[in-house]
Amino acid sequence: MKYLEEFRDPELARGLLEDIRAAVTRPWALMEVCGGQTHTIIRHGIDQLLPEGVELIHGPGCPVCVTPLEVIDKALEIAGRPGVIFCSFGDMLRVPGSDRDLFRVRGEGGDVRVVYSPLDALRIARENPDREVVFFGIGFETTAPPNAMTVHQARKQGIRNFSMLVSHVRVPPAIEAIMTSPDCRVQGFLAAGHVCSVMGVEEYPELAARHRVPIVVTGFEPLDILEGIRRTVRQLERGEHTVENAYERAVRPEGNPAARAMLEDVFEVTDRAWRGIGVIPGSGWRLSERYRAYDAEHRFEVSGITTRESALCRSGEVLQGLIKPHECEAFGTTCTPRNPLGATMVSTEGACAAYYLYRRLGTPAALEVTPVG
Amino acid sequence: MCLAVPGRVMEIEERDGARMAVMDFGGVVKDVCLEYLPDLAVGEYAIVHVGFALQRLDEESARQTLELFAELGLLMEEFGDPWEAAAAAEAGGAGAEVER
Repeated sequence: MKYLEEFRDPELARGLLEDIRAAVTRPWALMEVCGGQTHTIIRHGIDQLLPEGVELIHGPGCPVCVTPLEVIDKALEIAGRPGVIFCSFGDMLRVPGSDRDLFRVRGEGGDVRVVYSPLDALRIARENPDREVVFFGIGFETTAPPNAMTVHQARKQGIRNFSMLVSHVRVPPAIEAIMTSPDCRVQGFLAAGHVCSVMGVEEYPELAARHRVPIVVTGFEPLDILEGIRRTVRQLERGEHTVENAYERAVRPEGNPAARAMLEDVFEVTDRAWRGIGVIPGSGWRLSERYRAYDAEHRFEVSGITTRESALCRSGEVLQGLIKPHECEAFGTTCTPRNPLGATMVSTEGACAAYYLYRRLGTPAALEVTPVG
Repeated sequence: MCLAVPGRVMEIEERDGARMAVMDFGGVVKDVCLEYLPDLAVGEYAIVHVGFALQRLDEESARQTLELFAELGLLMEEFGDPWEAAAAAEAGGAGAEVER
């Protein structure tokens, strides 16, 4: 698809940057919610190309990073049990629990398998009827529908040796929590495009109006990010605070109705603790009563776990946009992707990992544009 | 894991009671569940995440966006300050011309 390449066109980027520069009359702090967007920004040096005063604050939009330590420890406990095949997406393998990670559990003899899709875990369950297969179901509104469909399929196909350890999180309550925090500096949001491709944009107008904050649905290519910034800054300069969709090629206002219906059937909204942040009311999903039989927390006795968080790790402050990754004393010294203290360093979408990969190692920005302002 | 990537449908079939597709991601071929986009047809594009097609990718919208970007660049060269120009056009109502 030729046009996908064009979304990295330096000439078009220059035009957008000039337009942003021409619009800015005072400093603005914008938050990109999604870790995928953080990676595009740091990888292409977009934050350094922006005119002075326009600051990007990295949001908590990395599901691996915000999964509570208690849930990680439960996963480790279940994965270490005899007879269990524990399936997970690859980026959970090195996320540190209180005293080990899934990689270590596998080294100690646990049957931990990396899958590409939750349906792969269901296939493994079908092929291993004498084993208990557990899938680690984390993620935002983009990942929740595939996981919901997998539980639905397990029930439909009568597969009984499959269960899911569910720790799904929702974006709008996180935005609410950020805006009501006393330390909040965020004046505008680049909303996560793929979350909106599922959920639509219905939840945002009320949030934008109540907090008087522009919310612009934004994609993941460099030009998408610049367009999101351009539209947010334009609203701020005009004193507006509405919801705009700058990612029309993948986001319909109603999202994906079939996926939303399945989410409503399989999950129910619950309070959820976010690692490094604390409990955010209504910010999570758990399996609904009808599907409780597929809940790994019910199938395996994993209550009564005591957690131990690293005293050095400041990922909670990074996740709330209070500090940048390199402002943490442990960054790049005692904390590296090989030896991570917190999930923000190990996850492929973590802000610390992005800074480590693209900035500390001096990877040249692929978007060769002269900075403005 | 949060990455969602565009792919193109090559084949469609029913498997284990679910609508499945073989999709091409720039040379990498993978199985994708179409249960959330059941009317996606061979040759069409979709955003795919962890093996599920979640939304049709609209090429027409993509082209329109790129045209807007190109236009911004063009205005910049032509008129120096597209911001002012856009504001003037808006103040003048629909159809107002940008002045040199």
